[in-house]
Formats: sequence, structure tokens, C-alpha cells
Amino acid sequence: MTPNSVAIVGAAETTELGRIPTLSQIGLHADAALNALADAGLTIQDVDGVATAGHNAVEVAHYLGIAPSWVDGTSVGGCSFMVHVRHAVAALEAGLCRTVLITHGESGRSKLGRYGPSIAPALFDQQFEQPYGVTAPPNRFTLPVLRKMKDDGLTEEQLAMVAVVQREWAAFHPRASFRDPITVEDVLNSRMIAWPFRLLMCCLVTDGGGALVLTTADRAKDFPTRPVYVRGVGEGAETPVVSQMKDFGSSAAFRTSGRLAFESAGIAHSDVDHLMIYDAFAHLPVYGLEDLGFVGRGEGGAFIAEGHTRPGGRLPLNTNGGGLSYMHSGMYGMYALQEGVRQMRGVSPAQVEGAKISLVHGVGGMFAASGTVVLSNEA
Amino acid sequence: MSDPTRFIPVPTPETAHFWEGARAGELRLQRCADCRKAYFPPRAFCPECGSREVRVERASGRARLYSYVINHLPAPGFTAPYAIAVVELEEGPRMMSNILDCPQTPEALVLDMPLEVTFERLSDEISLPQFRPAKGRAA
Repeated sequence: MTPNSVAIVGAAETTELGRIPTLSQIGLHADAALNALADAGLTIQDVDGVATAGHNAVEVAHYLGIAPSWVDGTSVGGCSFMVHVRHAVAALEAGLCRTVLITHGESGRSKLGRYGPSIAPALFDQQFEQPYGVTAPPNRFTLPVLRKMKDDGLTEEQLAMVAVVQREWAAFHPRASFRDPITVEDVLNSRMIAWPFRLLMCCLVTDGGGALVLTTADRAKDFPTRPVYVRGVGEGAETPVVSQMKDFGSSAAFRTSGRLAFESAGIAHSDVDHLMIYDAFAHLPVYGLEDLGFVGRGEGGAFIAEGHTRPGGRLPLNTNGGGLSYMHSGMYGMYALQEGVRQMRGVSPAQVEGAKISLVHGVGGMFAASGTVVLSNEA
Repeated sequence: MSDPTRFIPVPTPETAHFWEGARAGELRLQRCADCRKAYFPPRAFCPECGSREVRVERASGRARLYSYVINHLPAPGFTAPYAIAVVELEEGPRMMSNILDCPQTPEALVLDMPLEVTFERLSDEISLPQFRPAKGRAA
């Protein structure tokens, strides 16, 4: 890709976040899409490319009244939206379409109009993991962490500090689900979910959505909002079976996606003013900091615990409060992108003054896949 | 008697040998005749080098506790809290397991402790490979 060839010209979340009993999953997609199009000063007639995950992309397009000439249904978990941005950049650069709408909607809490659980005991992952009583991300996504604690020195207190620091960021955001300060003791005394993970180390479960509108940079100045350029992108994949992850202390998908994003953006780590790392659970910002190369192996937990990522720190991280405090519908990646866009527009309630480059890193399907987007407000 | 609440895996043609072995009380791995790597889960070719020259062999059944969580969420057929673990086999591959015949506590479940395979009968067709502390070293 060419850095800054594509810009995000519309971005919005659903009108409400949290508990939304009035909209089903596809209704959340539509609400977010209409908000993002209004933000860009566009209508559905202007859209010729549609991408989404967690819901049939053609159904979302049809529901919105769009008959697209380019569609991307890549669904690799909560980082799918970062991956869609990468695919959209390729499509826009190739001239396959002119205006791409990426949507997310999920009724995670109210469970309205969702797909049912997929029970297929002959499938590869279900044959060899499901029989052992893994039921949900809290007892599956967390499985590698004890090994990392022993090998890399990560501690329970450091994991607790991830939640504490992100709550400090959430306090800035009127739309965050949880805004009251918490302490390490609060986290370590919260209800046990899957040792060593306690409730406050696990993400929220809420309803919501978000959408992005992308077009080529030559058109970007025609829109009412400050354009946010896509400076670099990456994606990677490793395994849907967490027990088969090669290195329990480091994600191959993270490393690949991060390396591609830095290379395509042509930036160094010191150029990054603002960072988002998808945090379904407290260990993910630690893996992210290390695997993206912001710190060395085994240094991520201490880096956060020492306060470098908190308000006023040198590397502001998860400035919306993250999946732990802001919101988490199930596929959180879209909300990380939204905060990256707000920061580049200069309109985040937790604005990092003078920030010019934001790196947004996602994870999907436990450690199955990853997507990374580098945003910039300079063409 | 099979527990109707437990999740019962369904073999495919590529995994039938593994489940037949488990029913006979054998933990079966596959090993590549070309690159010599043992691998799991089963498939008809080596995921390391792509060779189709692979053989089924009986594993020693010895392993070490590689990582785990102690799940406190309710789960069909399980009584929480219970450990969901990954064990590393002596031959190299890792697999998921519960840890049987052992208190489900961080004190009793020590990383790298030696384990041995056992089999939990789930149905007439399916016995599930499981691990427990190696004899003489149980906590």
C-alpha cells in the first residue's frame, strides 16, 4: 500500500452504548452505519463497498438498501474491522470501489437477533478443546497466561494495574460503562472467574456498534470532518485452537501484523503518539506492547504498572478505557478504531494533545488472528 | 454410563485412529517420516513440512503441566472450580486436558509437574485422554 492513499472520512458509534433493548444486531449495524454516513455528509446512495464481520455482509448491505459492487465478509473475530481497513485500502487503491462502509453491530448483552452458538463436535477445534469444559473466552483466551507469568515474570498485580490504569482513562468518557476509580486491591478482591483472572480483569458485555467510511485521499478534503489518513496496515493469523499456540508468551499473529503495519507506514515506535491495543482481558495490552515491539519480551507488565500508559504517561494506551471499562460487545475492534479516529481528529474526551499518529491493534478469535492500523491526521 | 451433559467429540476420517486408540487405552500421535516431528491434533499430513508420509505411533503418556486456568464459571457436566490445562507431551506436542486425581488449587497444580495419561469414558465410542499427576509424585 501507499501510506495515506486512503482516508477515513466518516466515523461513528451507535446512538446508544451499553444496554440497547430497542435494536437487534442488524439494527445496531444500521444505526452505526447511518451515523457514520451522516458524519461524512453522505447517504447510502454514495456507498459502493461494504465490509462487516459477525453478520452476513450481504444481509447488512441489503438491510441498509445498498447493492454494493465490492463486499468483504472477512470474519476473524474482534479484529476483523482492522483487517477490513487493510482490505479496503487495497480495494480503493485498485479502483475496485470508491466509497467503503465498514460496519459493526452486536447485541452482546441483550442478545437480540444474534446468530446462535455453533455446536459442531466434529469440527477440528471443538473435537480437541470443547470436551475439556472450555465454555467461553474467559476460560479459553486466558489459558496461556500462567505460562507467561512463570517464564516472563508477569504478575497478578501487574495484570490488575492494566484494569486500574484503563479505568483512569474511562473516567474522561461520558459514554464509558464504568468510570469510577478502582485500585489494585479492588481488582484482586473481585470475583474469581478463571484463576488467575478475576472479574475486573475481564471485559464488559454490552450492546453497541460502530461504523467507518473510507475513500481515496484525493477526495478526502471534500468532507465536513478532518480526514484521518490510513498510514499503514497489517494483518496476521496463527491458530483458532489456543492450546496449539506456538509460544504461550507471544502471539505470532500480533508480531506479523505489527511488523507489517510499521513497515507499510514507514514509521518508528517513537513516532507513535497514541496507542490502542484490544483488551478483551487484562493480559492483552501486555502481549501487545511486547509483540508490537514497544517494549522487550517480559517488560510489558512492568511498563504499564510503572504508569507509562496512564494519563500523563509517555505512551497513552487505550484512552477510551478499553474493553475493560468503555464497552465490549463481543467484537471490540471497532471501538478501538473509533477512539483512534477521535484522537486523530482531536475530539476525544481524553485527547492526547498534539497527537499525530495513532496505532490501533486488534486481536480476534482468542489469539487466532490480528489486525493493525496506523492512523495519521497529516496527509 | 455416559454423562448426557458432557460435550462428546465426533471423530472424522482423519481423526478416527486417535479416538480408536483412546477407546483402547492408548494415546496415539502421528509422526512425520520425512522431518521426524511428532504432531497433534491428528491430520493426514505433517503440519511442519507438508509431507503425507506420516505414521501413527503410541505416545509414552508422559507429560508436564504447561499452563492452565481454574475455571469458576458454570459448565455442563463439570463441577466448578476445575482446571482447564494444556499439557506438553514428552514427544513435544501439546494438548488440552483436565487434571484428574488432584486438588483443583494453585498450590496443588504446579507448572511443569510430571503428569501421566489416563482415559475418561464419555460414551461407548469416546474415551477422552486426560492427565493426572505421575504416580509417586502426586501432590
